[in-house]
Amino acid sequence: MVGIASSFSQSGVINWLVQRVSALVMTAYIVFITVYLLANPNISYAQWSELNSLLSMRLFSLLTMASIASHAWIGIWCVLTDYVTERLLGPKADIIRKVLQVCMIAVILIYLVWAIDILWGF
Amino acid sequence: MTNKKRPVNLDLGTIRLPVTSYVSILHRISGVITFFGLAVMLWLLDLSLDSEQSFNMLKDLVAHPVAKLLVWGSLAALAYHTVAGIRHLVMDFGLGEESFNSGRNSAWTAVALSLLIIAIITSWVVSW
Repeated sequence: MVGIASSFSQSGVINWLVQRVSALVMTAYIVFITVYLLANPNISYAQWSELNSLLSMRLFSLLTMASIASHAWIGIWCVLTDYVTERLLGPKADIIRKVLQVCMIAVILIYLVWAIDILWGF
Repeated sequence: MTNKKRPVNLDLGTIRLPVTSYVSILHRISGVITFFGLAVMLWLLDLSLDSEQSFNMLKDLVAHPVAKLLVWGSLAALAYHTVAGIRHLVMDFGLGEESFNSGRNSAWTAVALSLLIIAIITSWVVSW
């Protein structure tokens, strides 16, 4: 059994679903930002900060950040459990993988706090 | 004791891989790059919103070659990962996974589409 406790949820079906729903949210965000910036090529600070101070936009950005957090947790867990294994890296692989998983979760938490600070801190 | 000679089912290092495999492994690599590229994206978002001064500073800052490379790398990885991810979502609905041929075609389509988007991103980043 490979570090199941560190996977995003205990259920593979939930992980599968979260991965796809979060992908849809992020794709919607990418499309919206791309279209908005293409429609406003010489956007001013006033317009950009006004858009991002709308509660709906802040929630959309936060929802996207939450999607990134869960999506990255699941995705990187898959990558680590596939490649950082005893077969490929030898007997130290288990401890290396656990350290990397803790680092990954720490980075995700830093991203989350940073994003909230950006979105509500201007 | 772990038996080092344990047989491995589908040892990827020993077989010739089709295009679908490369699209899959690139999806993983681009995902990991995007994970780190998010730091670049958040940095840009922070500067763009913090104040009018930092907003105006952005243009000069991203003119630096290292900043250009970081932004380009993050956007290119995100573009590929998104296109390959949409291919997965389409296949989840049962389209294009019925035969190896359709899988191979959608893999090449994903490669072509992401190359086109990355070319647009590249010309945009270079034009700053």
